[in-house]
Amino acid sequence: MQKREKLLKEEVKKLLDKKQVDMVIGYEKGTLALRTTPCFLASVDDVDRLVWNEFCENNLAKYLPGRKEKVAIVAKGCDVRSIVGLIQERQITREQIFIVGIPCEGIIDRRKIESRLGEKEILEATCENGKILLRGEDFQEILKKGDFLYDSCKVCKYRNPIVFDLLIGDRVPELEKIDEYAEVRKFEAESPDERWLHFQKEISKCIRCYACRSACPLCYCEQCFVDQSQPRWIGITDNPSDVGVFHLFRVFHVAGRCVDCGACSRACPMNIDHRWLLKKMEKDVKELFGYEAGLSVEEVPPLATFKEEDPQDFIK
Amino acid sequence: MSKNSELQTPNSKLQTDWEPKIVAFLCNWCSYAGADLAGISRIQYPPNVRIIRIPCSGRVHPLFIMRSLQNGADGVLVSGCHPGDCHYISGNYIARRRFAILKNLLEYVGIEPERVQFSWVSASEGEKFAKVVEDVVEQVKALGPAKRLVKRKADPH
Repeated sequence: MQKREKLLKEEVKKLLDKKQVDMVIGYEKGTLALRTTPCFLASVDDVDRLVWNEFCENNLAKYLPGRKEKVAIVAKGCDVRSIVGLIQERQITREQIFIVGIPCEGIIDRRKIESRLGEKEILEATCENGKILLRGEDFQEILKKGDFLYDSCKVCKYRNPIVFDLLIGDRVPELEKIDEYAEVRKFEAESPDERWLHFQKEISKCIRCYACRSACPLCYCEQCFVDQSQPRWIGITDNPSDVGVFHLFRVFHVAGRCVDCGACSRACPMNIDHRWLLKKMEKDVKELFGYEAGLSVEEVPPLATFKEEDPQDFIK
Repeated sequence: MSKNSELQTPNSKLQTDWEPKIVAFLCNWCSYAGADLAGISRIQYPPNVRIIRIPCSGRVHPLFIMRSLQNGADGVLVSGCHPGDCHYISGNYIARRRFAILKNLLEYVGIEPERVQFSWVSASEGEKFAKVVEDVVEQVKALGPAKRLVKRKADPH
């Protein structure tokens, strides 16, 4: 990790030095342990602020739509897929961005660590050789990294960026024998009543803060359907019916675009299981239209195109 | 939400003589003309459908369907031109992909699949239109009043 961080700094320095890009979007140390925060660097002197570690959770593609300058962006496998989506949807051009790809072995879910430690305040956290070292005022703990990864990282199929201008360090081995839709299939097998109750349970936590929407790298509509008032598509309160429609439609909106980067789940202050619905969408799009989001700049998003032989056995 | 509140549907008191309300979104060029033909040909079909004419099945936004269910429809029918016959060349092909996903999604969260149905009815298929409406009404009747996703007045809003 530290080797990658050193390499990253060197390469970014070169980019800014040669004026290949106007700005670099990366991560810097956060103010709390277990956190990093996005940073925007325009000068070589700032490059030392850059970090790369297992806490670099943000999907920086969020900062791309609408950019005018040429930017370099530090991107993990999932982030690169989001960037591909944005290029497909013409929110940014390929020429305008310089993708600094970083192979990633999974990001640590700070909430899982926090819930394990309970009340204890973590002052310092580092991760080395698959071990997370946590230090507080009167305690020290070593945890196994594998147990505290984000759920999306556990079933990640693209740990190495697929599109990039520069790759930092060696490729990491891809996960083998992962069943990313195991959870979805488990739910599909349940009865409609159970599924409905689960849906209600999840959305009853929702406070309609729209953090999931705002964190999503693919959410860039000038006016969101929830903010529209003429017509007002859905009520703005926590009425269970409206909340349900909000979640259903948000998920529908990212069908065939979502790359399971997990930004919505991380942003959610109420710990709603967004992936429950998103993975189902992803699975359906794959099974029905044979499409996986964010793999090629040339492809057209599945809901913007069609094939004559698309399945239609559900239509009378 | 508790199981209990699910039982208090607006129609529960009138269970015996309850008739379903079906919202039908019909494409102007085929299905709406098909419904017209059914009328002109004096084919009988259940009066439970409330027809909304739309320019193309591709015009049907998923929120149309969800809002219908929220606001008291017991079932929704969307009908358009057969593939290849779209007045706008490809509107129904695009719609078909959208509906495939939406249908699965609604079913996944526990909404009965029969509540939201799709059909292709051409302008010459008056009989087929009547048959489709009969089927939809029959299936929705069997399900009873919609309880899920319905926006109740008692809820905060």
